[in-house]
Amino acid sequence: MSAHLQPTGSAYFIAKETELAETHTLSVLVDNEPGVLARVIGLFSGRGYNIESLTVSETEHEAHLSRITIVTRGTPHVLEQIKNQLERLVPVHRVVDLTVRAAGLGHDRPVERELALVKVHGSGEHRVEALRLADAFRASVIDANIDHFVFEITGKPSKIEQFIAIMKPLGLIEVCRTGIAAMNRGPQGM
Amino acid sequence: MSGTENQMTGAEIVLQALKDNGVEHIFGYPGGAVLPIYDEIFQQEEIQHILVRHEQGAGHMAEGYARSTGKVGVMLVTSGPGATNAVTPLQDALMDSIPLVCISGQVPTPLIGSDAFQECDTVGITRPCTKHNWLVKDVNDLARIIHEAFRVAQSGRPGPVVVDIPKDIQFATGTYTPPSAVPTQKSYQPKTQGDLKKIEEAIALMKTARQPVIYSGGGVINSGPQASHFLRELVELTGFPITSTLMGLGAYPASGKNWLGMLGMHGTYEANMAMHDCDVMVCIGARFDDRITGRLNAFSPNSKKIHIDIDPSSINKNVRVDVPILGDVGNVLEDMVRLWRAASKTVDKARLNDWWGSIAKWRARNSLAYTPNDDVIMPQYAIQRLYELSKDRDTYITTEVGQHQMWAAQFFGFEQPNRWMTSGGLGTMGYGFPAAIGVQVAHPESLVIDIAGDASIQMCIQEMSCAVQYGLPVKIFILNNQYMGMVRQWQQLLHGNRLSHSYTEAMPDFVKLAEAYGGVGIRCEKPGELDDAIRRMIDTPAPVIFDCRVANLANCFPMIPSGKAHNEMLLPDEATDEAVANAIDAKGRQLV
Repeated sequence: MSAHLQPTGSAYFIAKETELAETHTLSVLVDNEPGVLARVIGLFSGRGYNIESLTVSETEHEAHLSRITIVTRGTPHVLEQIKNQLERLVPVHRVVDLTVRAAGLGHDRPVERELALVKVHGSGEHRVEALRLADAFRASVIDANIDHFVFEITGKPSKIEQFIAIMKPLGLIEVCRTGIAAMNRGPQGM
Repeated sequence: MSGTENQMTGAEIVLQALKDNGVEHIFGYPGGAVLPIYDEIFQQEEIQHILVRHEQGAGHMAEGYARSTGKVGVMLVTSGPGATNAVTPLQDALMDSIPLVCISGQVPTPLIGSDAFQECDTVGITRPCTKHNWLVKDVNDLARIIHEAFRVAQSGRPGPVVVDIPKDIQFATGTYTPPSAVPTQKSYQPKTQGDLKKIEEAIALMKTARQPVIYSGGGVINSGPQASHFLRELVELTGFPITSTLMGLGAYPASGKNWLGMLGMHGTYEANMAMHDCDVMVCIGARFDDRITGRLNAFSPNSKKIHIDIDPSSINKNVRVDVPILGDVGNVLEDMVRLWRAASKTVDKARLNDWWGSIAKWRARNSLAYTPNDDVIMPQYAIQRLYELSKDRDTYITTEVGQHQMWAAQFFGFEQPNRWMTSGGLGTMGYGFPAAIGVQVAHPESLVIDIAGDASIQMCIQEMSCAVQYGLPVKIFILNNQYMGMVRQWQQLLHGNRLSHSYTEAMPDFVKLAEAYGGVGIRCEKPGELDDAIRRMIDTPAPVIFDCRVANLANCFPMIPSGKAHNEMLLPDEATDEAVANAIDAKGRQLV
């Protein structure tokens, strides 16, 4: 272990972490049964792991399979533990670290996309500017009145961050984001 | 079979499923939400129900039953407080990998979520302390879920499971499916055969080792008697020294010539030194727990490590290993023995001579020594006498948690697996006595002794009533020093000898207490009278509380103090008051 440990004067030894934390995206294939999401989330909170983004939906109806995409942050050692601990859950079929897999395939990172709904309120110049920028970001208008828009935008998380930041001075009211959906490039499945 | 033949009520399905999974005994306590199941229990004779006095007791009894037989332990509790009282044994079984099926009643389905009387979110509360759990919402799923619960509990790394059954499901009629007709959940298929390439890699490493050590754990016991058999064979073939964790005692006999004694915080000097100085470590069914490793960055710094475990998450969790082998230790050991035999011609046995020479030196340090006393009973002496006087019997030992537990592990020699039941991972005070009752239920003719402390025993003492009711002649051997000894020992080490609330000023008269419950009480205060008193206890065909008054201030050594490495043990002859007070430095003491 690269962790530095020091006497704590208790029954325990507490590690000072020296490895650098990395952000990884995991795909978890699970049986779609009651409580399965609680098991996954409970494992993260119970063992002190981070969740930065979480999406879940049934992906194969007949087989009752759901796919959970989790963006998490930890040292390589912690990330390995997260994968092993998830695989130990009874309804979990497979866990793939998409970030590791992407590196193996020679890619920078997996394909990661997010959808956001962005509500903007305003009139006059601001309103025109908001619509113009939305067009530049390929966001579409899905609801509008004379003094508001609801935009739908899809893309990389960084693009969405940027769009939201730009909308802020133009009358941003609220944002709803789906969290990241991800898979690897190439013909193979997870 | 016709359609109507397999129609049963939910409560009938529960009993049928238990029988079909080979259950003979269940430990439980009735209540409103399980009454239909109790009504079925009343109307049959194949399964014996043991009525406990507290649900925690039911859980530990089921654990003791499971650990001593290799079978699944079964407990039955009602909703609400019945289920919450089961949490401690469930977590205990999770940490020590004990197969346990807990069936709990739940309020009727339409009332779930309405804060009904004795309602609690059982599956929510027990999710983190079980391997898996189920809330049954359709009576037609009930049989499948119970069969699956037994499979999950005992396969892979064993553990506890909960099946929560609402009362209306117990009354409803549905179809019973026998175990053979139930498809297993595809997502849960544990791998039990080790990768042969990895095993060959391990053998190659072991062949060249000059300072090897085998470190075995509770996984060898869980894997079954075959695993212990192959472990013994491997030790014999390789000539390697072997040590074990608390949970693994008995897999290799304490009388075996390669035995180093237990390792870890209160392990022997030779075991810990061998772990520290070894060049190849073979970890078999153990998990590098913090009580074992001491300071992690000083843990066995120069060794290549082989780790055999059935649980992938145990590998590289605390200690990075060089050759991980995933599989059931019994299967892997069988392969290892076979491959070693094939390779043994090329192995130079004399290469271990120097290593055994070092071990002999460490052994000569006699790290378990204590100062005998003619006037007061030394706790170590009490365990030694108990061992000598019971070793020729068919004996099972359980313990509570604390100093007495460590002394029992150090001084009681275990020759066979499944003879030693203790709460290792969770460290549950109150475990030992109910566990002993569970063992006695499974082995009615055997001698079952709970080695206890005066504080621990009071946590589940109410089960005396259970032992008396069923005529279970369990022996409680209390090392009574009036203190929570291990708490006091840590206060002496870390907190300037300020003994905050570790002394029990009001102690029950254990002899009268035994008699009040309908058992037998024995008190012994003099070393000279100890043997006779122990013999009397062993020969008493009834539950006995043995109040063994021992030296009040004895402490448990050797010990690896906090933040120290295996080669920095505090040995008994060095453990002066001053050394104890300074064992952990000031900087360390400030931290939590």
